[in-house]
Amino acid sequence: MSEFIIKNGHVFDPVQGIKGDKKDIAVKDGKIVDKVGSGAKVIDAKDKTVMAGALEIHAHVAGPKVNAGRWYRPEDKHFDSHKTAGITRIEGGKSIPTVFKTGYEYARMGFTFAMEAAMPPLYARHVHEEIHDTPIIDEAALPVFGNNWFILEYLKNQEIENTAAYIAWILRQTKGYGVKCVNPGGTEAWAWGLNCLTIHDPVPYFDITPGEIIKGLIEANEYLGLPHSMHLHQNDLGNPGNYKTTLDSLKLAEGIKPKNNFGREQVLHSTHLQFHSYKGTNWGDFESGAKEVMDYVNRQKNLTIDTGNVTLDETTTMTADGPFEHHLHGLNHLKWFNVDVELETAAGIVPFIYDPSNAVFCCQWAVGLEIPLYAKDPMRCFITTDHPNAGPFTRYPRVYSWLMSKKVRDELLNGFKKADKVIGATNLANMDREITLYELAAMTRAGPAKALGLAKDYGGLAPGMNADIAIYNINPDKFPSTGPEIEKAFAQVACLFKDGKICVEDGKVVDMGHKKTFWVDAKVNENKQVMHDIKEKFLRYYSINENNYPVPESYAPHQHIIAVDATQ
Amino acid sequence: MRPSEVKKMNTITLTVKKTPELFLECEHVNPDAFAGKTPDQIAKLGAYQGKEISTLGEYFTVAGEAGATAADTKIVINGDCTKMKYIGAKMTAGEVVVNSTCDMYTGSWMSGGKLLVKGNVHSFCGLAMKGGEFTVEGNAGNYLGAAYRGDWRGMSGGILRVKGNAGSDVATFMTGGELIVEGNVDIHIGTHMEGGRIVVKGNANRRVAGQMVKGEVYVFGAINVMMPGFKKIGETELEVDGTKARFTEYTGDMGERHPTRKGVPVYGRLYMKN
Repeated sequence: MSEFIIKNGHVFDPVQGIKGDKKDIAVKDGKIVDKVGSGAKVIDAKDKTVMAGALEIHAHVAGPKVNAGRWYRPEDKHFDSHKTAGITRIEGGKSIPTVFKTGYEYARMGFTFAMEAAMPPLYARHVHEEIHDTPIIDEAALPVFGNNWFILEYLKNQEIENTAAYIAWILRQTKGYGVKCVNPGGTEAWAWGLNCLTIHDPVPYFDITPGEIIKGLIEANEYLGLPHSMHLHQNDLGNPGNYKTTLDSLKLAEGIKPKNNFGREQVLHSTHLQFHSYKGTNWGDFESGAKEVMDYVNRQKNLTIDTGNVTLDETTTMTADGPFEHHLHGLNHLKWFNVDVELETAAGIVPFIYDPSNAVFCCQWAVGLEIPLYAKDPMRCFITTDHPNAGPFTRYPRVYSWLMSKKVRDELLNGFKKADKVIGATNLANMDREITLYELAAMTRAGPAKALGLAKDYGGLAPGMNADIAIYNINPDKFPSTGPEIEKAFAQVACLFKDGKICVEDGKVVDMGHKKTFWVDAKVNENKQVMHDIKEKFLRYYSINENNYPVPESYAPHQHIIAVDATQ
Repeated sequence: MRPSEVKKMNTITLTVKKTPELFLECEHVNPDAFAGKTPDQIAKLGAYQGKEISTLGEYFTVAGEAGATAADTKIVINGDCTKMKYIGAKMTAGEVVVNSTCDMYTGSWMSGGKLLVKGNVHSFCGLAMKGGEFTVEGNAGNYLGAAYRGDWRGMSGGILRVKGNAGSDVATFMTGGELIVEGNVDIHIGTHMEGGRIVVKGNANRRVAGQMVKGEVYVFGAINVMMPGFKKIGETELEVDGTKARFTEYTGDMGERHPTRKGVPVYGRLYMKN
């Protein structure tokens, strides 16, 4: 492989504490190194910003539910059916882009990794097929556990060791990365036409509470010592007054210490917190609860969060939170997709238009911005749009512009049709903070890499780390002042290195890189009970044979396996 | 209009000189794209055939002069356009006259101006039309004036007139405007309709206005099979598109959700000419 030297750029790297100093970055054989020979290709980054490749911690970008969104929303891509010049394929879709567009767009924005946030184990093959077809970026997927019958039964009896053994088995069968938990108990209750809206609501038949599921999954995750923590989508998403359930859920992590060899410090990652930080009792007296939630998060060092920023676009909501999607369909009457995944989970999909003339959507937009602006530790708060739920991931540059410029966000806020109502119900108008480039590097690179247990190789620019590097047309001394300028700078990198290879130049994809699928292979003691239970459930309940369940090697031919030894 | 207000339109004439092997996507054949351009510039506008892009100039000779704006640009197209899609799609103003039959998406998403097709049009024409006048002298295919596949936003304004027959799934999700079919229509007309007005001067096959929430449908001929969700409420004298007659009035679709206005539920209306 060739050598490169990125010269004179303003480097932002929280891993090394570099805050915009001019520094050369040397690249050799896919890694960042101390120095390279005189023959190295020089990349001039004068007056530009250099950061590590960004890591997406939570997005729905691959798998059956994303694809169901694609086929039931042909209108999302009708005007994007033309091939443009260059090596890229046709790029279709706005809120639910094709796998190709997904890879290209992440790369153009400087991303080199994306986590698929909800993989139904039964359909893991589909998830891996799409991951494999997504170019350039590395990816991993989190299997969902919060409504899985095995988990509900083991945790009912507080069998952490069996829970952990089952999780390890699923991670290996599905080539999964960690433990995702969506609306714990509520999605199973949905199969009975019910829901769990607090952490104390019993799950029908299984007679366990969401609180017990959350706590048990955190403990099992630490028992295994997985690179990522338990990744939670709390109960009662999107409803006024839900911040109390959010705080109740987060409190379950109190006193639990992280146990892992990856430098991860949190035991619970709370996702798309924007949707879970609402006060009030209905949409009329709805208010932001971001301060209450973030005051708690700021104090608790063993928590990380991501934002779930509403971008005020037409998008497609999709989640394993089945009852919530039915609720949304009741609100907007648009087409509703619902599926049950046997013993494991469910999913729902509804198109959604976050119309900026509606005060509620503008309040959601404000709450999403308040969360990172209240965050004291940018290494524990990550920017997401819960793509595509709160907005397409392609809107990250716009979200950054709102966070980095008070002027840009205030212009929008004051221009809302119902500005007075939005300003009254939220705190955003009084917030002066502007996220700096250094903080942004923590929120989008170093932070998520650490939370995912990837800090050794990713999210920073220290010698020895993987050469995933984004160079932006941003001169920190002359930071762009208008929204469109900021957006353009973040939407089209000047240059993106992936594994030491230039994949994007001047916003144009020039190389498909060598994308890898990350998964975690956790070794546990032999567990006859769990193996017996698996055999029995496949015989009695599953629609497929146990032998047809695992994801074969051929589905993830370029895999990066992270081994964990949890034998005791 | 007073004579002083009649603006002289500049006319561009396109003449087909080569038939595309597949289908030509004429997304740039509309007054908005032509306005302010010379014939040479127009000839250089892109047109896809399959995955390959070529130019309009390869398939048409371009003559005449375009206006400065769409509103004072008229396009006349001569020759066989049977394999041309998207003519007049998304136009906002001006005038297009096609002396031929056209393929799909003709006049779709148009929001203003006048479009006249002197032959037939294929399916998906006048999709989600917002305004203007679109007239087809021949027959239309399926999904005339409907929402795009999967979309819930159908025709919302303008006047769409077909002098011949139309196919199935006409005016799905219509919310406004007026759609007149002077001949017959096939199954599924006005499905999910929530406003606007449909006039069928011939016969309608089955499933007329199924799941209709709001709006009006007039059928002059017979309906092969009536939807069960419509209730007869009386008879009334009406003048519909120049025809004075007595109509039997139905309300429905009773099986669908209905919004309330001032506390009273709003229903769709179906009128059958006696």
